[in-house]
Parts: sequence; structure tokens; C-alpha cells
Amino acid sequence: MLTLAGRLRRGLEKTRKKMSAVIDVAVGRGLFDDAAAEQIEEALIEADIGPEIALRLVEDVREWVRSAGGGVTAETVREKIEMDIAEILRGSGSGRSEEIPPNGNHSSEQPRVTILVGVNGSGKTTTAAKLAAQAAARGSRVLLGAADTFRAAAIDQLRVWAERIGCEFVAQDQGADPAAVAFDAVQAGKSRGCDEVFIDTAGRLHTQTNLMAELEKVIRVLGKIKPPDHCFLTLDATTGRNGLQQITTFSRSLPVDGLIVTKLDGSARAGVVVEAVERLKIPVRYVGVGETVEDLMPFDPEAFARELVRTE
Amino acid sequence: MFETLTERLNKTFRNLAGFGKLNEENIQPALREIRVALLEADVHFRVVKSFLENVKKRALGSEVLESVTPADQFVKVVRDELARTLGAEEPPPELRKNPAGPTRILLCGLQGAGKTTAAAKLAHLLGKSALVALDLKRPGAVEQLRVMAEKVQATFLPPADPSDVRLSARKALEEGRAFEHLIFDTAGRLQIDEELMEELVEVAGIVKPDEIVLVLDAMTGQEALNVAETFHKRVPLTALMLTKTDGDARGGAALSIRHVTGIPIKWIGTGERPDAIESFHPERFADRILGMGDVVSLVERAERLTDTKKVESLTKRMLRDGLDLELFLEQMREMRKMGPLTELLSLLPGGGNLAPMAAGSEEELKRFESMILSMTPRERRHPDIIDHSRKRRIARGSGVRTEEVSRMLKQFRKVRGMLGAFTGGKKGNGILRQFFS
Repeated sequence: MLTLAGRLRRGLEKTRKKMSAVIDVAVGRGLFDDAAAEQIEEALIEADIGPEIALRLVEDVREWVRSAGGGVTAETVREKIEMDIAEILRGSGSGRSEEIPPNGNHSSEQPRVTILVGVNGSGKTTTAAKLAAQAAARGSRVLLGAADTFRAAAIDQLRVWAERIGCEFVAQDQGADPAAVAFDAVQAGKSRGCDEVFIDTAGRLHTQTNLMAELEKVIRVLGKIKPPDHCFLTLDATTGRNGLQQITTFSRSLPVDGLIVTKLDGSARAGVVVEAVERLKIPVRYVGVGETVEDLMPFDPEAFARELVRTE
Repeated sequence: MFETLTERLNKTFRNLAGFGKLNEENIQPALREIRVALLEADVHFRVVKSFLENVKKRALGSEVLESVTPADQFVKVVRDELARTLGAEEPPPELRKNPAGPTRILLCGLQGAGKTTAAAKLAHLLGKSALVALDLKRPGAVEQLRVMAEKVQATFLPPADPSDVRLSARKALEEGRAFEHLIFDTAGRLQIDEELMEELVEVAGIVKPDEIVLVLDAMTGQEALNVAETFHKRVPLTALMLTKTDGDARGGAALSIRHVTGIPIKWIGTGERPDAIESFHPERFADRILGMGDVVSLVERAERLTDTKKVESLTKRMLRDGLDLELFLEQMREMRKMGPLTELLSLLPGGGNLAPMAAGSEEELKRFESMILSMTPRERRHPDIIDHSRKRRIARGSGVRTEEVSRMLKQFRKVRGMLGAFTGGKKGNGILRQFFS
């Protein structure tokens, strides 16, 4: 039986090889011609980078090859594309979360409050739990707040996590006002001397105005006790081009200051974040690459770009 | 920022106009636009390629009709081809029933696709169902299904052994003999997770389902095809259910999967409530992928969401007493129930052009609402008594500037004036009054 890490590696390898093989074949003859350009463009599109940026990346390579006066190898093309993608991702300050200053709302006042938002099924509850578990492992006093009062059993799901982690837990009944739960959670966090409070919210499609307004209210109400230091948007790695709309709409209504790409252990590459980061200047903070707590890792633009285009 | 296909095609068509006849050369720009549109709709790039080949063949081979422009003709070819690929020429797929005993439906898919919700929706749609909890991995999943079962008045069959999926499947088959439908909810899994895929194969071997449904998020990108193909290789899929189609994802993944595997799309999930499930309509979905507007869906949604009785009574009140701010507020609320204005507009042909404009008015509606809520009942019923000091108070109460209150009142008077002309005033004999009397 394969270990989880083994399975994960195998899954990733398959995709990486695919993209890499495309580049090898395309540039194999030492030429960067239209056929090579098209094949690489398609490989980028298949990673959900989107036709516009894919074309731009390929045209940049073409220009670069021309100015270098030929002598192109698959390896140099790979490196060039990888560098370009990493640069886009770095542009917004994406990087290890420790290095990023929290958003403007941050105050040194305890506890640090992080709220998780996103569409249905994007992994908010699991991510909130993993962030809490990591903070607890660092020795912080942690509280999980269950403001997803809509989805059946979401509260139970988070409670199970809180018990596993051994952290504080605040919830009300299903159907309760999420803003009230969030407020309670922060208040409890304060009075119990917690360092970190993580608030899970119900998934909602960004097109549901009423539900977006509900989240705006949660943020507003939290402002009365302590504005959230972080508002992270979770994005399922398999999401295609709609990811752009999601990130755009959520960040228009809420002070989103970071993206968390979840379920990156599948074969999907989440290329859509490249365009999202470029357009909306919201950094990626973490990626989820598996089911264990440690599998939620700080985002590394270079590694992400490498995963997109090359083999080991 | 997001140019709709309608907008893009309009441009190409302007360029196409005047060519007279479609030929290899003059359809290239249009084909390029369609390519980008399909890719932006998450159709797999390989499917896009072969789809465009088909479109080209049909477009070039088609009879040139005197009555239509080449542009219109081209659009028709694309739409028809999309609908055809989605199954428009075949009879609507039906549930594969088991004549001898319960019809067994097994749901599978990636994590977060919406399997548990889909299971409850199917139980609601089909009736006489038992829901079987086989997702023993995600914390709370069993409890979620139990609660959902209660909501849709289906029987809930808990796992016989929460640590043994296979045993639980077997027991459920025995217990569920008397039901018409047995719906099995399974754990989400990655198609590259060999161990869990093997488990799914074994569960399918035990359950011997009449339907194996792949539940897929409509927002899924290029990877959707790979996911479906891999699942299909391991367990023979008989249907696709596309979830979360109430968002603004174009859902091109459905086209890819249908095109490559031939698996019919049987249902779509259209909202969070258990009754938000619909059968799949190829033509409508073709329009959705193209962003061409979907008038039928709009009408249906309007019918479902607006309380017709309420609208009727609102209208009657308006005709009797004239429009006041209280009615104005209620009407705005009814309208907003149908969804964001921008989304509603995008459902209309050509409405994509209006959507960006409405983004502002959506905000405005919200501000209107808070202003009206800051008024006294008397002010709402007699807006004409609102003087400057009242305006100042309302502005303070709703967190806007005084000028905004004035602007809102001005706009309200304009609407009232327009309605007056339409209804013939408070005592007159306007068109609407005749219509409703």
C-alpha cells in the first residue's frame, strides 16, 4: 500500500511529466516555431491558466528566443515560462505567510482573528481546522468559531476537529445568525485569553447577493469588537475560469487579503490563480496538498510555477 | 472586464457582415472568438479543437439562406452543434429503473462536488427513497445526510459499521429492500487516489447500481474531463449531475465530458434548497455556455421565486392607493429575490452589455432600502412630507449623505410619475387598471 505522500507524488508527477513532455517534444528540434508555440500554449491552457495569459506567456518566450538568436532547448524554455509565472505570482506579494504583513486592520491586540470565506465545497471548514491545528501546534491558544450555521452538520464537522485539536470551540444552533456567532467567538477568544481565533463561514456562491450581504454584516459586526486581521478566500484547485469571478466578487464585498488554494493534491493545477493574482493583486497565502494538517503549506510562488511547467 | 461572448461575437459579426457567403477564410476570426469563448467556458482544449472542426464543416457546407446574414447563420451553426453535442437530438435521458426491486443509485465524485446535497435532491425528486450514508471519511458527513433526509422526508439508513464501507453497503441493501429508490452517498475522492478508487470499485461491485452518477461542480476547469474519464474507466458511469449551476460558471466541463465519453447529463443542481434540482436541457445549456442568454430559465426562475399572489396584491394596492415608499420597498425586495440584477440581465439575450451598468444599481437598491427603513411609517406612506430636517435624520439613520436621500426621493417621484401615466393616475383609467380589473 502506498503512503499518502507516495500517492501524492505519483499524481503530481503524472501531470508534470505531461506538461514537460509537451515542451520537450515541441522544442525538441531546437526550434521555437508555430507548432511548438501552439503545443505549449495548449499545455498551459490545460492547467487552467486561461487562453489570454497562455498566449502572452508563449509570445514572450517567442520574443525572448528571437532576441537570444536561437539556440533554444526545452530546459531553457521551461525555465523561462516558470520564471515568468513566478514573477506574476510574486508581484502581488504572494509568498510565505509569515513574511506578509497582515492587512490594514491588524492590531497587536489579541486575539488575532481570521475568517474563512468561499463558495460551497471549496474546503473552508477543513482549512479553518488545519490553520487552527497548526497554530495550536506552535503553542498558541486557539479558538474555532462555527459561523457556518446553514449547512447541515457543518457545526458537528468543526466540533469534531476542535476536539481532535483540543482547542476552544464556539457555536450556536443551526440557523443562528452567523454574525452573532462570529461576535461570540471573538468575545470568547478575548475573555479566554486566546492568541488566535479562526471563524468558519457557510459556503455561498458569489452570485447570491443576499448571502454576500450576510457576510458583509459578519465583517461589520466583528468591527464592533475587533475587525478581522485576515479574511482568506478558499479556492478549489479544480476550479476553472470561474475562479476569477469568484475572487473578483468576494473581494469586492469583503476585505479579502489572501487566497488559499485547496485540494492541490489532485491532478488540477489551479492555473487560474495566476490571472487572479495579476489582476486583483491578492496574494496566495497557503496551498492545501493533502488531508493531513501539515499538508496545508505556505504558498511558494517558485514551487507553484515549477509544478505548473516542469519535471523534477 | 469580462467581455461576454455576445459582445465579442457582435464585433466579429460586424466584420463578417458584407461577405455575403461563408468561406474558409472569412470565418477564421469568428472561429477564433468561439475558441476563446469555449476555453473561457472551461471546455477542454482538445474538445474545443474537434468541436471547431465540426462547426467549420457545417458552416461551410450549409446552404446560404437569402434571408439571413452570414453572421446569423454562423451563430446558428455553433448553437446547433453545441446543443447536438449536449444531446439535443436524443430523447431526454431517463432514470434507469430496476424492474425487480429498488432502483439503486450510486453517487461519486471529487470532494466538495456536492454529493450529499445531490443525494437529498434526488430523493426529493424521485420520492419513496432511502438515503444510504457511505461517506464515512468526512467528519459530520453522516449527520449531514441524516438531517437532509429528514428535510426531504426520505428514510435515512445509517452505516452499519462506521469503519467499514463495504459491510455498510451490504447491510443497507438488505435493509432497503422495500424502497423504490436506494441512493448511496459516497465519500469524495481524487481520481488519482488508487486506494479510494479501488474502494469505490468494490462498493459498486456490492451495490450493483442501476445508475452510477458522477457529481461534478459546474465550476470545474480543464481537469473535469480527466476526472470523468478516470472515474468512467473504473466504474461505468451512467449519468452526470452538474451542481452549483445557479452561479455564473458557464459549465463547459459538461460539454467536454459528454463529447468524449457520451455519458448523458441527467440533472443539474440549481440552488441550495433540496428542491433545487432540474432535468438537463441541451439547448438551454448551449446558450449558457455561449453566454447567449437564457430567457426560459429567467421566466422559470421568476415564476418560482416571486410570490405571484404577493405581486398581485402589491399591484392591486398600487392601483388603489398609488405608489408610496412602502410599496416601492416591497417591490424592490420581490425583484431582488430573483437574484442579483447583473445575473438576471446576463440571462437576457444581449443583456450582457447591460450587466456592468446594473452592478451600480444593485448597490443603489441596497442603499434605497436602508434609507426607506430609516423613515417613519408616516414618511413612507406620505413621502411628500419629507422636508430637509427629515432628510437629514434619514441620512444619519441610514449612513448616507443628505443629497442621496434627495436623489432617491427624486427617482421615486419619477417612477411614480411614469406609473401614473401608465395606470391613468389614482382614479383614472390607465392600461394596467383595465388589465387587472
